[in-house]
Amino acid sequence: MVNPRNAYGETLVELGKKHPNLVVLDADLSKSTKTIMFAKEYPERFFEMGIAEANMITTAAGLASCGKLPFVSTFAVFATGRVYDQIRLDIAYSRANVKIFATHGGISVGKDGVSHQMIEDIALMRALPNMTVIAPSDATQTRELVKLMATKKGPMYARVGRANAPLIYEKKNDLNNIQIGKGMTVIDGSDISIIACGTMVEPALEAQETLKKEGIKARIIDMHTIKPLDEKLVTQCAKETNAIITAEEHSVIGGLGAAVAELIAEKNICTKFYRLGIRDIFCESGDPADLLEKYELNSKHIVRKAKKLLKN
Amino acid sequence: MKHFKTTDINELNLIAVKIRKHIIEMLYRAKSGHPGGSLSAVEALVALYFNHMNHNPEKPYDPDRDRFILSKGHAAPVLYAALAECGYFDIKELKNLRQIECKLQGHPVCTYVPGVEASTGSLGHGLSFANGVALAGKLDKKNYKVYAMMGDGETGEGQIWEAAASASHYKLDNITAMIDRNYLQIDGRTEDVLRLESVRDRWSAFGWNVIETEGHDIEKIIKALKEADAHKKQPSLIVLHTVKGKGVSFMENNVDFHGVPPNEMEYKLAIEELNLIQKKLEALP
Repeated sequence: MVNPRNAYGETLVELGKKHPNLVVLDADLSKSTKTIMFAKEYPERFFEMGIAEANMITTAAGLASCGKLPFVSTFAVFATGRVYDQIRLDIAYSRANVKIFATHGGISVGKDGVSHQMIEDIALMRALPNMTVIAPSDATQTRELVKLMATKKGPMYARVGRANAPLIYEKKNDLNNIQIGKGMTVIDGSDISIIACGTMVEPALEAQETLKKEGIKARIIDMHTIKPLDEKLVTQCAKETNAIITAEEHSVIGGLGAAVAELIAEKNICTKFYRLGIRDIFCESGDPADLLEKYELNSKHIVRKAKKLLKN
Repeated sequence: MKHFKTTDINELNLIAVKIRKHIIEMLYRAKSGHPGGSLSAVEALVALYFNHMNHNPEKPYDPDRDRFILSKGHAAPVLYAALAECGYFDIKELKNLRQIECKLQGHPVCTYVPGVEASTGSLGHGLSFANGVALAGKLDKKNYKVYAMMGDGETGEGQIWEAAASASHYKLDNITAMIDRNYLQIDGRTEDVLRLESVRDRWSAFGWNVIETEGHDIEKIIKALKEADAHKKQPSLIVLHTVKGKGVSFMENNVDFHGVPPNEMEYKLAIEELNLIQKKLEALP
């Protein structure tokens, strides 16, 4: 088990050497987002902005206008909803080269409850023109995607969860060809495609094993970039397998599931389809595993939905 | 390079009249926009762009340039007119304000117009943007200065106070913020809508060096800008005491002209008045 947040912090330190223009801003959560690692290594390029997120976002835009490469971090709920207006005008519309890297996305934040469980961030960021939206699935992928974010120009939003997560990609070599905007087929299969992002890729892989035992061949897609969506890959999945399930620790409205649904509907592709995600409700405090069970976001529920979908 | 900067106060006053005429013309043609807060900010922009700031329209992205950020983005006409008069783009463009397929959007957009540093229009952002530019300047050991103009009503936004705290925390003495203190906002008098006084005490309490000056006296504004630049270890705020709609008699202190353009009759009257002022200035030795 490795924490993607640690991978983020370590990668920032690594990138700090390579990119002298890289600066990091945080809003009194550097110990949680792990930007503190960068702060220790490069104190002059780290800006503690205090509990003042709106100012942090626009300050980052100002820094970017002078050629700096700002990475901005806080919890997903404060990195998007609280500062939507600032992101919209100063970053997205202005095409500022600012990278927002949020942690504590989704409900697996757990006991802090709804105020801290961000389930609409992907929807909010997806709706913004010029914005790239990313949800890495493990620490190894986080590392590689953060590096790509630093080299590719333009406004970007990435989110990871709070919890430790098993490594899906043990070696860097597993990710040699990773590209922003290109989904990854982790396991091929011909019966059903499970298109997952972020924290839901691991449960999708678990579900694949269970389904395999029952004779169902599931294809697992790690759709780390939700926008721009890898339309080619989704279209292939729709044509080559009998059903699609999307899985995300996010509302079914506006996230990965919605993006896939919009695509297949507009392309007139007829396929069995289900969006696994938070079904338009606020959740609650609780142990992360209990929450994921109650709100149907684990491998057990993916298996159940897959079987039901294929039976219909 | 086009010669546009001057130390001659009479010449600067003439530029101010010219800019006021552009504003009226632009808004009349656009049939929408904000006259009041554009007219109240004219002298400050003239002082900055035509005298005080280090900038070059031929090198709008020069990393060493001073920056001006119009936080009160609805005053876009005054910014566009000043930029055009300096030579950032063709003065003829001004007539296309707010028209489809035109660079001069209703509120300023940095990716469209050279010389526009930040996209604004949603109030409360500009000072934070200035902070970012100032932090970058400190980091790169550059000597440029950052000027940001806010509306007085705009300072009701919480983000302004986040930015005020941050600039002071980081001792951003390379920032000079300005408040166009015209005492009016859309719904009425600032003190009735959301009390702002004491402006001086509030900003002083946030750790700012506060300077107050008459906002339609270019000489005094320049003096205040120099004083602000010389002040170290603290960001400076210049409170510009202004009159909303300044320069057009029936627009002055008239909140109805916050966001309503002149009709044909008002347009003609306004231009006549400004022509008279211009003639008087031209007659001066």
